[in-house]
Amino acid sequence: MTAPDDTDRRLIAATQAGLPLVEAPYARIAADLGVSETQVIARLSALNAQGVIRRIAIAPNHYALGMTANGMSVWDVDDAQAEALGEKVGALDFVTHCYLRPRAPVWRYNLFAMLHGQSRAEVEEKRAQVRALLGPACRADDILYSTRILKKTGLRLKDG
Amino acid sequence: MRRQTLPPEALDDTDRAILNNLQEGFPLTPRPFDDAGAALGLTGTALIGRLERLREIGAITRFGPFYDAAAMGGAFCLCALSAPEADFDRIADLVNAHPEVAHNYARDHALNMWFVLATATPEGIAEIAERIEAETGLTVWRFPKLREFFIGFRVAA
Repeated sequence: MTAPDDTDRRLIAATQAGLPLVEAPYARIAADLGVSETQVIARLSALNAQGVIRRIAIAPNHYALGMTANGMSVWDVDDAQAEALGEKVGALDFVTHCYLRPRAPVWRYNLFAMLHGQSRAEVEEKRAQVRALLGPACRADDILYSTRILKKTGLRLKDG
Repeated sequence: MRRQTLPPEALDDTDRAILNNLQEGFPLTPRPFDDAGAALGLTGTALIGRLERLREIGAITRFGPFYDAAAMGGAFCLCALSAPEADFDRIADLVNAHPEVAHNYARDHALNMWFVLATATPEGIAEIAERIEAETGLTVWRFPKLREFFIGFRVAA
């Protein structure tokens, strides 16, 4: 993969907060950056193909849409089995993000899975399903509910 | 950030179809709203109007490209700290003041503040985390992802 050049970085800076909601958004961005629409589309397509752009999409507000309970479930899983079990947990359709992370002196859990539901009862039921799937390889678990969103923005990279 | 649930009648079937269909693969064509709208039986203008409204009522938080910081040479890191309850809001302000803090959630645990750092370089993570430690006097525990098991963000609308 080639590293993004200066024009790419300006393009990223111009679009990371979102696309303009106009009929020809790429032409609008092109005009702002002083390049052609064809160039904007070609560069975004290349960034998309390289995986620099993960997707071009809507970000639903889970909370506004009724998924008012979201819990970060965390699991202390036997390291030898963590990769294989992480794959299984990540494949559950109610898990939106699933990661292996390092432990810390104040933190014993190495597997993280975000669970969403319309109520805590629904989230707890999903958590029980994860627990059943992990079986004896899981030594302890917890769930951290979000009580407040303190900040939420898209990725912000400085221009240039 | 909207933290209230929309009443069910706030969205009609077309809105729900938009939410479920535009979660990936928005066209890279000169008239992308026309092209995306066609699949939903909408004109580009109608789709734009719907998206404006969805954004206005808080059903969506943003619309556009999602960039992978790591693919651009940057880094992401989940971090957590324990803020004393009485000082919580002040600590949140200190953390949020950094533009590298992409999001931040209060959670009910001894580690009660969880935020994500997004920096232009991998070294930036330690730099910002240490700056937050100096400003707050609290340890910033870092939990970088070692492996990601990813299926999707699709939600039932």
